[in-house]
Amino acid sequence: MANLPLAGVRVIDMTVVLAGPYCAMMLADMGAEVILVESTQHFPPQTRGINARPTRDMLRNRGGGYPDGDPGKRPWNRWAHFNVMGRNKHSMTVDITRPEGMEIFKRLVSVSDVLVENYAADVMDKLGVTYEMLKRQKPDIIFAKLSGWGDTSKYRNFRAMAQSIDVMLGHSFLRGYPDMDQTEVTTSVAEDPALGVQAAFAIVAALHHRNRTGKGQVLDLCLAEGFMPYMPQAFMDYSMNGRLQGTLGNRDPVAAPCGVYRCLGDDKWVSIMVNGDEEWKGFCRAVAEDWTKDERFGNPLSRQRHQDELDKLVGIWTSRHEGYEVMYLLQKQGVAAGPLLDEAAVYADPQLNARGFWVEESQEDSGTHLYPGFMWKMSKTPPVVRRGPVRMGEDNEYVYRKVLGIGDAEYEKLVETGHIGIDYAPHIK
Amino acid sequence: MPNQALYDMKIVDFTRYIAGPACTKLLADYGAEVIKIERPGTGDGTRSMGPFYHDEPHPEKSGLFLYLNTNKRGITLNLKSKMGKEIVRELIRKADVVVENFKPGVMESLGLGYDELEKLNPNLVMTSISNFGQTGPYRDFKISEMMAFGMGGPMYTKGLPEREPVKYGLTVTIYHSGIVAALATMVGFYGARYQGTGQHIDLSILEAEAGTVDGRSNALVTYQYNGELPTRGAVVGAQYPQGTFPCSDGYFRITAGGPRFPNVVNMMGNPPELKDPKWYTAKAPNDPALKEEFMELFLGFTMQHTKMELFEMGGKSGNLCAPVLTLDEVFRDPSFNERGFFTEVDHPMTGKLKYPGRPFIMGDSPWQLRRPAPLLGQHNGEVYSELGYSKDDLIRLRETGVI
Repeated sequence: MANLPLAGVRVIDMTVVLAGPYCAMMLADMGAEVILVESTQHFPPQTRGINARPTRDMLRNRGGGYPDGDPGKRPWNRWAHFNVMGRNKHSMTVDITRPEGMEIFKRLVSVSDVLVENYAADVMDKLGVTYEMLKRQKPDIIFAKLSGWGDTSKYRNFRAMAQSIDVMLGHSFLRGYPDMDQTEVTTSVAEDPALGVQAAFAIVAALHHRNRTGKGQVLDLCLAEGFMPYMPQAFMDYSMNGRLQGTLGNRDPVAAPCGVYRCLGDDKWVSIMVNGDEEWKGFCRAVAEDWTKDERFGNPLSRQRHQDELDKLVGIWTSRHEGYEVMYLLQKQGVAAGPLLDEAAVYADPQLNARGFWVEESQEDSGTHLYPGFMWKMSKTPPVVRRGPVRMGEDNEYVYRKVLGIGDAEYEKLVETGHIGIDYAPHIK
Repeated sequence: MPNQALYDMKIVDFTRYIAGPACTKLLADYGAEVIKIERPGTGDGTRSMGPFYHDEPHPEKSGLFLYLNTNKRGITLNLKSKMGKEIVRELIRKADVVVENFKPGVMESLGLGYDELEKLNPNLVMTSISNFGQTGPYRDFKISEMMAFGMGGPMYTKGLPEREPVKYGLTVTIYHSGIVAALATMVGFYGARYQGTGQHIDLSILEAEAGTVDGRSNALVTYQYNGELPTRGAVVGAQYPQGTFPCSDGYFRITAGGPRFPNVVNMMGNPPELKDPKWYTAKAPNDPALKEEFMELFLGFTMQHTKMELFEMGGKSGNLCAPVLTLDEVFRDPSFNERGFFTEVDHPMTGKLKYPGRPFIMGDSPWQLRRPAPLLGQHNGEVYSELGYSKDDLIRLRETGVI
């Protein structure tokens, strides 16, 4: 079997929460050796749990993202939010706030290709982890810094998460119900995955650049700039015409009907988009009801103008069918339609199952479950689950002894001093 | 420019509409040499999609097309003609990458399926982007933004519980699938270059969304772990202040309270009303009466300040917050402009316009705007003469409808 594309690339992963861990997982899926650097002495926010050791009571009768709603002996290895991005990675522990820990970290840098991090800006500043420092360990290191507004932004030290950045990019004016104002628009976190994917892209591009030129570099990526390119219609409309677009809800500037309609069942919905006369004819064939012949619906402009009436009639028709039934009826006639799927329904979807999208992952502390799989298929090096969601400190032996060549005496000392471990220190609740 | 990261990547680009062009744009913007092949006469379907420059529908004035096709050279070619096929095979023989987003089966019917292309160029990476993938029962189905977001993503939970689910803005899910395809292509290229493995990448827009990690994927695994399903609507904790609030010139968003309550008090200038110990008891963060009292004070405060003032004060005091900006404000925003996010593009049909520019900074191999989007067939002469065709040949190709 051919090597995975990124075989032989070593990545130090110092990421938290979402965009960073997602980026690191994609690199791991593609064959890189990703080493997540953790500390038993520090509990980063919202990464391996809200709290290190929550009680069942703290979960307020909800599952809290744990198997069977039970945090278990090592909750940090059982949290869904971490585990969904945990596969194919290695994990080591070291406390780099202490000098001997920093020395270990520097040794790891000297044998790695990439460092990716997305802590709040002051965390790396205080630790002295700068590009200059890293270059002294590894002259061609690639240093990927992920942040909210960018490493050179005047807001670099402000706290940042996707849900707050989102409103600063104009996106909140382009989504939500047209009849509601900004105080009622719910959150979007679309910036996080946009950043995660682009960070992985930038890292692989930088590896290619390094292989060719011998030079490493800093990659400065942020939630804000990664997502603005996702909205070209609105940005270009303003740039070309000075127009400020507003939300259309689920509607479209051209297609009609275009929306989400209630189906048979409790809170079940289907989306339908009919673009142009050919699709409208297909829609009419599928629906086969007299109202579709109404002259108000006779051409695209008129259908746009009479969308309120049209939506009501479409909704009456869909309410007599299940979502999948609507999909098959309309797709057969060349119309885009599909049910809105909740978490239970999407695991059963015929297309995703036919293509083997869901993957089984196992891990000692959380058990065996199905997880969302890979975002694309490759004919010669298909991505596979090589290891399940990584447990904290699971690869200490491998990293310290094999990668760093540390002997027994030093290893034991690092265990005693709380650098090496698989449990958070007792003071961490 | 040799210092761009991907300057030695050659791409033959058959893509149209949004996902495919978004993919090849990212590669082109970081240096790849992209030859975009369009159908003679009409070109990429995006050319007929708005918004248009000065609202005038015209194949060279679609803002969407202009944005999605920067840094690409454009040629026209009739892929159904014998001569067209020969030309395209010559291009692919010299390429590293082919990207296409035709309906599944179209490339095969043109004699350009991966099996054929592999014979031509064993180290080639071919990325096929499609709605649902090259296989499976939905293979030939159409897709929309709502379908991608509603079947593969969290749309079911977006909006209010008593109303219909509502999507994100514009076509952000479809655009994202193009960015995912760019990563897949980048990784494929790296494998071909350094492991010697050319291959076919089959990217489904549905799977790109279903495999994307956001709140949805967390909910998917949570469902596997304990059967819990999220509900539609805002998840608003009892803690205060949380949400989007009016201010003197618009709206301001903040997520604060609980253990970080002192930060918001600090932001408000430590008013005497908030010195009372009652605000700092263990129960205070979940007390609805206190919340009501606080929100009155807080709105009184926000209404006296602009969103940018609130952002500065809030950010400096360690609060998670942001001003709610309209697009004109985004275009003028000093921080985005100081970072050089926007770029000016000069195009023969529109003159100079400001576009969203580089999505991220590569310190040693920068994003660059080398050329605007191509006019239909703009680079026919250039590209065909590079292949060794003479001016006379070009005239003949044009007369026979090949280009």
